[in-house]
Amino acid sequence: MDAKERIARRVALEVEEGTLVNLGIGLPSLVANYLPADVHVYFQAENGVIGLGARPPEGMEDRDLTDAGGGFVTAVPGAASIDSAMSFGLIRGGHLDMTVLGGLQVDERGYLANWMVPGKMVPGMGGAMDLVQGARKVVVAMVHAAKGSPKIVPECTLPLTAMRRVSLIVTEMCVIEPTEAGLVLRELAEGVSVEDVRAVTSAALILEGEPKVMPLA
Amino acid sequence: MKTAITPARAAEMIPDGASLLIGGFMGVGTPNRLIDALVAVGRKDLTVIANDTAKPGVGIGKLISAGAVSHVVASHIGLNPETQAKMISGELTVELVPQGTLVERIRAGGVGLGGVLTPTGVGTPVEEGKDKIEIDGTTYLLERPIKADFALIAAKQCDYVGNLEYTLTAHNFNPVMALAGRKVIAEPDHILPIGAIPPDAVKTPGVLVHYILERKH
Repeated sequence: MDAKERIARRVALEVEEGTLVNLGIGLPSLVANYLPADVHVYFQAENGVIGLGARPPEGMEDRDLTDAGGGFVTAVPGAASIDSAMSFGLIRGGHLDMTVLGGLQVDERGYLANWMVPGKMVPGMGGAMDLVQGARKVVVAMVHAAKGSPKIVPECTLPLTAMRRVSLIVTEMCVIEPTEAGLVLRELAEGVSVEDVRAVTSAALILEGEPKVMPLA
Repeated sequence: MKTAITPARAAEMIPDGASLLIGGFMGVGTPNRLIDALVAVGRKDLTVIANDTAKPGVGIGKLISAGAVSHVVASHIGLNPETQAKMISGELTVELVPQGTLVERIRAGGVGLGGVLTPTGVGTPVEEGKDKIEIDGTTYLLERPIKADFALIAAKQCDYVGNLEYTLTAHNFNPVMALAGRKVIAEPDHILPIGAIPPDAVKTPGVLVHYILERKH
């Protein structure tokens, strides 16, 4: 199992029955593949659909039905199409139960930076700032380090996405919960030690008892 | 009652230097025939306000490639390397706005509000130069309204009153932008006789629409 699959399988366990969930592009979108069979949710795509379905079979694409990455999707029975004001009203207004986003850096305050690298990459924030600001639960799903260089740091050096403490950080090595006191190491992937995590984490990690073994869907 | 005009006639009405609100999300729900007509007449120095600049060769990306645009207001330009290259070379300028803020600024412009207060962007580079206002313990940014000379709107269909109906994820910014253009030009895929669109299906009332584009040949 590669790192991304492991992360997606862990995040899938965070998804609760009957909720509205927004998955970011890339790694976060894999979470939909591993939902437990008894969990039924509506996925929101911020470009305008509640009830996002799988990719349609070839030849059955609708050019007016895509996800936020521009890829063809379907709509499940019970879906609703909405405009951008409604879509972001849902996000900012506290009606979105959970979002899963990628990350470039997360710091000891639990603040996320995931939208630009000054001088290198300026794609624009799209909907990320509204999602982190407004979703009831924000899960950061990211590979733990960038080629050995820590991404979980004392204080973000990249521009923040929002000044809001995210709910959970899930990597292929561990699960970390940002709290008022700092970053608490809750779970370790099988075969990974606290020392392994600390070696690729520059932020301080708090241990509250023995971390659990990270379960996977 | 309105009579349909050709794309070329619409492009003639839009002068060099005009500001345009253009509907669409990565080319979905974008008025493509209007864009093609603007490229064909060689318009220059346009300000484009839109969610994104799509990709080279797609939707608004064609205006960027043609050198028709001098200023972009958008939430995301990451999938169009030409927009980024022209921004770096100074050929055009870009204002990046969080997606949910962009749609509400346009809505504010269209519905006569003096601005919007949003928590999105507080503590990030988005707050630079903006007034902060605290209400009931929460800090908000004052974001100013946006209007434009023209709104170019893509719709699934309309009637000769100008009532517009949209479809699926091709709604996106279109219904909101139709409020905020001093002149509104709608590009429908189909035009129906008056009365054929049920009142409940109308998302943009025809009173907002100044011109409708003839249907595709």
